[in-house]
Amino acid sequence: MNLDALAYKLRKDVINMIVAGKGGHIGGDMSVMEILTTLYFKEMNISPENMDSPDRDLFVMSKGHSVEALYAVLAEKGFFPIEQVINEFSRFGSKFIGHPNNKLPGIEMNSGSLGHGLPVCVGMALAGKMDKRDYRVYTVMGDGELAEGSVWEGAMSASHYKLDNLCAVVDRNRLQISGNTEDVMHHDDLCARFASFGWNVISVEGNRIDALYEAFESAKTVKGRPTVVIANTTKGCGSSVMENKANWHHKVPTQEEYEQIMKDLDAHMEALA
Amino acid sequence: MNKIPNRQAICDVLMERAKTDKDIVVLCSDSRGSASLAPFANAYLEQFVEVGIAEQDLVSISAGLAKCGKKPFAASPASFLSTRSYEQAKVDVAYSNTNVTLIGISGGISYGALGMSHHSAQDIAAMSAIPNMRVYLPSDRFQTAKLIDALLKDEKPSYIRVGRNAVEDIYSEESCPFEMDQATVICGDTVRISGAATFDGIDLAIIACGEMVKPACDAAALLKEQGISAVVLDMYCVKPLDTEAIIRAAKNAKAVLTVEEHAPFGGLGSMVSQVVGSECPKKTVNLALPDAPVITGTSKEVFDYYGLNAEGIAKKAEEILQNCK
Repeated sequence: MNLDALAYKLRKDVINMIVAGKGGHIGGDMSVMEILTTLYFKEMNISPENMDSPDRDLFVMSKGHSVEALYAVLAEKGFFPIEQVINEFSRFGSKFIGHPNNKLPGIEMNSGSLGHGLPVCVGMALAGKMDKRDYRVYTVMGDGELAEGSVWEGAMSASHYKLDNLCAVVDRNRLQISGNTEDVMHHDDLCARFASFGWNVISVEGNRIDALYEAFESAKTVKGRPTVVIANTTKGCGSSVMENKANWHHKVPTQEEYEQIMKDLDAHMEALA
Repeated sequence: MNKIPNRQAICDVLMERAKTDKDIVVLCSDSRGSASLAPFANAYLEQFVEVGIAEQDLVSISAGLAKCGKKPFAASPASFLSTRSYEQAKVDVAYSNTNVTLIGISGGISYGALGMSHHSAQDIAAMSAIPNMRVYLPSDRFQTAKLIDALLKDEKPSYIRVGRNAVEDIYSEESCPFEMDQATVICGDTVRISGAATFDGIDLAIIACGEMVKPACDAAALLKEQGISAVVLDMYCVKPLDTEAIIRAAKNAKAVLTVEEHAPFGGLGSMVSQVVGSECPKKTVNLALPDAPVITGTSKEVFDYYGLNAEGIAKKAEEILQNCK
């Protein structure tokens, strides 16, 4: 299966996970899927076999509420079976809780509280510079998350220390739980904001794997500055039932909605196959 | 009179160990001077990270470094470290289980007249409430050095609080019994780790931490002149608390007195009272700072005002024992 189609297959896994677990941040899971698929299947040097290697690339899911998307990707990578996630997600005593937890294989850091991933990645990237290792460090943030002041502390220190081994991605889906991001707390012009913090900025269509891959490869060539990829995505991407609807930030589909969403995702998969 | 504050003892140990351990990293938030860590920054530039006045960043960066095998020691005024970056301590350090040592400098009311914004009278309560976070308040420079050495040998999160001013020596180069997570018991000139201590025939167990251990020892000497036998437990390990020592001491004593440079809620006194209340009920009194912004003054003036000095502790001890008769 090509990666474009795989992203839609993984969306189906997420829907099944959320329906079975009776909860989940479905809208952001859908918007972030191409970002994670590109990173895990095309860009990053991460696999179940190399998780103990000090030279592996490092990833922190800063928008931890999109953990269902991460579980689907990690399962596809072979870290754990997807059936186990679907059977156990959010259940009593489960390891598969609603935000990333590093007791699970493949997850480096616990997250969930927003604004933590970028500064943690600054530390990881600094360690790489100190030890003269070639690994790269990636994090994905939500656009609503950017209101957290700690994001900008991290942005400030990343450019101060010239961390060109650090690449942040913003899942710019323009919706957060209360509505349009620009109404809640405006971020435009986001590119100019990061640029003013000394970052290399690349803005791409964020639900396109080829565009994201090109951005990540381009980031590797930039020296002396960290890169942020502003991935312009669609929240709820994959089905008109969910797309661009703020109330799908955290929602469980009804049976009728479930059937329509799966039908839409199948259609995307077939078209891309 | 000793002139070396505990913060300088930390720097001395880290500089010595950094000679052979390139993974030791010190981080400061524009606080290298007040943390006495400028010599480390000058000697080990490659192992020093300045984050500017950004405590949240300080703690998260430390966690990221630790995840990649570094041994970060992040120093910032305890007032800011324990509250401004509380969530980073909770999530990135404790919850993610990263090998980070948080060093709260100028702890308690060290900053004296600078006011409540600069006081950390809540840090024991705050940090102790986080699962997987250990809390240490070493009493003097010798114990501080031993604690740092011990922390360099494990890979678990911890928060240390030290004061700004030099504390009079309690121990010495030759005699500083130290066992990780065991209180040190001081009875006159006899100093033992709690596992080796006996508490037979004592009137009072004084349990103190940090800068309050020295006045507690001086109070015990004053009480001895009154014919009262008081033993001091230097409970530098506030979490995990040495509950066994508390129980053994409380069982043998007529009463327990705790002394701490902290708010009256959630600190050493609260924790000791929990243990004594459930395991061996005895009269237990907590001496602490008030639940209010403290009066303006130098730390010594403030301690004197609230009875957190040798005379105040001895006076409180006598009152308690009077009521126990």
